[in-house]
Amino acid sequence: MTRTRLATVWLDGCSGCHMSFLDIDEQLLVLADQIELVYSPLVDRKDFPEDVDVTLIEGAVSSEEDLEKIRRIRERTHILISLGDCAVTGNVPSLRNSIGAEPVLRRAYLDPTLLNPQIPNQVIPRLLPLVRPVHSVVKVDIYVPGCPPSANTILYVLTELLAGRTPDLNGKTRFGA
Amino acid sequence: MSRVVTLKINDQDVSGREDETILELARENGIFVPTLCHLEGLSDIGACRLCLIEIKGVPKLMPACVVRAQEGMEVYTESERLKKYRRMVIELLFVEGNHVCSVCVSNGHCELQYLAQKLGVDHIRLEYRSPKREVDASHERFVLDHNRCILCTRCVRVCGEVEGAHTWDLLGRGIQSRVITDLNQPWGDAESCTSCGKCVQVCPTGALTAKGKAVGEMTKHQGFLTTLALMRENDR
Repeated sequence: MTRTRLATVWLDGCSGCHMSFLDIDEQLLVLADQIELVYSPLVDRKDFPEDVDVTLIEGAVSSEEDLEKIRRIRERTHILISLGDCAVTGNVPSLRNSIGAEPVLRRAYLDPTLLNPQIPNQVIPRLLPLVRPVHSVVKVDIYVPGCPPSANTILYVLTELLAGRTPDLNGKTRFGA
Repeated sequence: MSRVVTLKINDQDVSGREDETILELARENGIFVPTLCHLEGLSDIGACRLCLIEIKGVPKLMPACVVRAQEGMEVYTESERLKKYRRMVIELLFVEGNHVCSVCVSNGHCELQYLAQKLGVDHIRLEYRSPKREVDASHERFVLDHNRCILCTRCVRVCGEVEGAHTWDLLGRGIQSRVITDLNQPWGDAESCTSCGKCVQVCPTGALTAKGKAVGEMTKHQGFLTTLALMRENDR
């Protein structure tokens, strides 16, 4: 039996969706027999591999790096899943959309009393003017709202996909769940 | 004395008084019709368009909350067309303001959030407007957050029709519309406000809330409205 190639990605989010994923607890062992985790914050691999079956995206698209990443991920993924409210709606990261990126950077880097206050212009990826949900940038196949989606919801989605079915999330989760 | 009429809702025979609305009849018969601006005990204005229904022989969709029952009417409350429009209404409400359920005091108790789930809205296809809107925390006990307001005007109606204070009103038109207190003053300075809190209880979202609530802590109690309406009817 060939294992399903699964990837999980952490864009602009709090990692809560990944924590909820880990909350599947002992069922992770059952999943582990059926999947190969090819890319994840939990795996030490730098580049996103080719030919991935399922990718779970946590987080919104907030920086130039996120944008570049998500486009490459889409090209290399068969089924792309927006996992959690940040990926689905923009959620908390998008709270800055009504005031823009500038005030956020000023607040973080210039307002605190620092020895040499400056807004970083290298190494740290430049912020996009607007934080966007994943589907406004690339095509998304399945939406799993929730902040975070419960462990059971995530388990259900993966179990259905591994069985070759499309998960029906009607009534199982919601924005802010 | 109003006449009794017989009509069909979703091919099911129902009867009611001719002064009843299709919405009232549907709910009496256990038929689900989504609403946001409607609230039992307040006047109906047909504003939110969620209760749209199809009536045989009528080309336009009609809001069930303001259409009266007629003899022989054939009404449909569920169709692909209606589902499409209802989902679109929800999506438009989500992009118009700033609705971030995860950090809202009304998370888990919000009628907009509930209906999004119930009507199968799992993402918003439109661009978010992310408008810059204000929060008025000048009242000593309550907060008005314009970011979460869907302009259902339940607050305006409960204040005018039930409390009799008419502190609330609407200002502006179209996308500029917003609810105001007294002569567009901070709520804390609105002299007509009796601080009864009815507006807070009837607000379907987290736009009107009590102070000092954390995420998900704001539960609302609307039972008083039907009780008051009943008492007034008995007094007449």
